[in-house]
Amino acid sequence: MHGFANPARFLRIARWATPLCLLLGVALAALSMGWGVFFGPADALQGDTVRIVYLHVPTAWLGMGGWSTIAIASFCEIVWRHPLAGMAARAAALPGAVFAAICLITGSIWGRPAWGTWWVWDGRLTSMLVLFFLYCGYMALDAAARGQGQGAGQGQSRMTALFGLVGAVNIPVIHYSVTWWNSLHQPPSITMGKSAMAAAFLWPLLVAVLGYSLIFGGVVLARMRTILADEQAEARLRRKAMRASSDAEGW
Amino acid sequence: MNKATGIKAKHQRLVLVAIALVALVGAGLLATWALRNQASYFYVPADILANPPEADRAVRLGGMVERDSMKNAADGVTVEFIVTDGKARVPVRFAGIRPALFVEGSGVVAEGHLGSNGTFVADNLLAKHDEKYVPREMQNMTTDEARKAVAQTK
Repeated sequence: MHGFANPARFLRIARWATPLCLLLGVALAALSMGWGVFFGPADALQGDTVRIVYLHVPTAWLGMGGWSTIAIASFCEIVWRHPLAGMAARAAALPGAVFAAICLITGSIWGRPAWGTWWVWDGRLTSMLVLFFLYCGYMALDAAARGQGQGAGQGQSRMTALFGLVGAVNIPVIHYSVTWWNSLHQPPSITMGKSAMAAAFLWPLLVAVLGYSLIFGGVVLARMRTILADEQAEARLRRKAMRASSDAEGW
Repeated sequence: MNKATGIKAKHQRLVLVAIALVALVGAGLLATWALRNQASYFYVPADILANPPEADRAVRLGGMVERDSMKNAADGVTVEFIVTDGKARVPVRFAGIRPALFVEGSGVVAEGHLGSNGTFVADNLLAKHDEKYVPREMQNMTTDEARKAVAQTK
């Protein structure tokens, strides 16, 4: 694992892994969407409304997966001081927030016909909204710390990393909110090795999850490459400025 | 760093972060445990009968709509039905537009208050569906029949 913390090696792998993840991800996401929406069956109770599941569930999982990435990367940065881990955490924040937002929006659109309401303050919906706000807070904190020149190289500041770690408390709360408390949202359909979902829904959904996960991975890799390129550009500018000032002294 | 004890700085950080995480998870679990009553979205019929809320206090009642309990009134908008959680039953009256998924044998959350005669008067109904997703063609089949039907199409 430590071998991948070398930025040069990371860049060599990311150079071909980024377009591969993005292209494959978009293809699989489009395939699952076409499969589920045009060829898949309608639900016995909900009818065609159920087809939004192929967008809602993958984005919900990746909204949570994004914060899990931030938390694990922050842990690695705090303990082992790997700047690349900090960059991964920073890179995962925006796509995670976008996925959480899509999950909330599609959930609201689904809630109107299925439950009869756009929004309720039950445990699942509220904790998912909190996750979205946590992403906003994380990005604001990261930008503020960066503006003050904190954070080694392009990693996170210590405060940002701790925030990423502490915010992970919300992830199990989201997952168990439908088990611990009475909620309008139904319990999970897919749990370890079991599915209350017929195979005709499950297969396109799994393809969708794989596709959106690849898109998420591709976006994180692309953003990490941008962060590394920024760092190199800044270092080059610093060297240039230093050389210019030493030349001036020579005169 | 800590040469006196021979512990590497990264191991020290690992232990500190691990202890902090355990404390954090413990605090989170205690908080959610303390919230277990307040964070629930509705009362089930057994809760309502055990601790009846004061009349006119707005509460939510959730449970299954008992089969064959739905009675439509002559005015066309009022419906009466029984909400059950398997342990207790509460009659509910509602006048208004019902959600499409509101059917007998399915889940419902009724917003309203408990009337003095023990009937729950709902101002709004929300349909609560379960976690099962089944295609229309397979809904009346048992698992074995469904499996045979799937095998035939291959």
